[in-house]
Amino acid sequence: MIKENYIVKNIFIIIGKIGSPFTEFILSLGNITRLFINILGSLLYTFKKIPLIIKELYFSGVRSIIIISVSGLFVGMVLGLQGYNTLQRFGSVSMLGSLVAISLLRELGPVLTAILFASRAGSGMTAEIGLMKATEQLEAMNVMAIDPVKYVITPKFLGGIISVPLLAALFNICGIYGGYFVGVILLNMDSGTFWSQMHDSIIFHEDVFNGIIKSFIFGITVNLISVYQGFVAKPTAEGVSSATTKTVVNSALSVLALDYVLTALMF
Amino acid sequence: MKRILMDFWVGVFVLIGITCISILSFKIASKSNLGINKHVYSLHARFNNIGSLKLNAPVKVSGLTIGRVTNIELDPKTYEAIVTMQIDDSYKFSTDSSAQILTIGLLGEQYVGLQSGADSNYLGDGGQITITSSALVLENLIGKFLTNVTNK
Repeated sequence: MIKENYIVKNIFIIIGKIGSPFTEFILSLGNITRLFINILGSLLYTFKKIPLIIKELYFSGVRSIIIISVSGLFVGMVLGLQGYNTLQRFGSVSMLGSLVAISLLRELGPVLTAILFASRAGSGMTAEIGLMKATEQLEAMNVMAIDPVKYVITPKFLGGIISVPLLAALFNICGIYGGYFVGVILLNMDSGTFWSQMHDSIIFHEDVFNGIIKSFIFGITVNLISVYQGFVAKPTAEGVSSATTKTVVNSALSVLALDYVLTALMF
Repeated sequence: MKRILMDFWVGVFVLIGITCISILSFKIASKSNLGINKHVYSLHARFNNIGSLKLNAPVKVSGLTIGRVTNIELDPKTYEAIVTMQIDDSYKFSTDSSAQILTIGLLGEQYVGLQSGADSNYLGDGGQITITSSALVLENLIGKFLTNVTNK
């Protein structure tokens, strides 16, 4: 009798262990939405504190310029090289310009910028908020009746979502010039064909505008995940380190999954 | 870091971003998609076979793009394809104009080629081009060629 009870209990525990990731996931979805609503509620207040936003723009935007432009340049160069080799088989090398521009504007620009931003600035945000929590600075703010969401979280979030679309545009331009460099200067393609083909095949409201909307949505996603992970991190050294890892992993996964959904809706 | 220096760099960053967006919108993207341009009128043409003509395919006169294909549908009675085109307002076509479906290069994209006639009346908005010739279907062409060869 006792033994049977034991087995039944174990089965319950095993099933519970299978289920717990799902319940945790749903719980965190609820928490993240609550934080998002909280941030939206304090947006108006934070807009008046422009120095706070500028500080965050400096840390998340200005200091990401180099990594974004260098990786954009190399992505564009690789696209140019691979595209040239593939298009050469069909004798349609003249399409290289539009190939590079379309793949950058529609997909690679927004997605890679968001992922790079998550690992460059997002993880920094998480670590900063997590450490503030570990050293009880957030608690101290609460004690002084200062809402940490208004003073710490929302400025970071705002700075991030302003930076991401601008960085994505920078990535695209660097990528296009990278493709131009490989196609026209290294592989002796005609520069007029390169630009005119690109100009013909790219339509503003379809490619450029949708790309900007995409990077804006990715910006919201990545920044929300970053501040959320910092906000709920365990206030220990280990907790902060695992929170930064989670930021990068979760951001990359959700950006890639969202990208599929957005592409299916837009194009 | 000094406040002024930080403001300066953030300003530079935002300027770079806005410049990039405007380069993308004005230099890289084309405004020639006539959907944005309000001064257009539409023409219809019926074809027996449109080949692989697609929406947004260019409409060309003497090789210059003056419009886009905006709609393609099938007439349920005559089984003809009705192609609707948006044409730039500054070009008028006489009532005996003709439309052809042509191909860029040997295997390229298909487009509608228009040719103006001699009539002094012009087609208005929603007018119909009556003289049309369909797309060349390679299989039919090869079939005709083969029957010609075997008949000889």
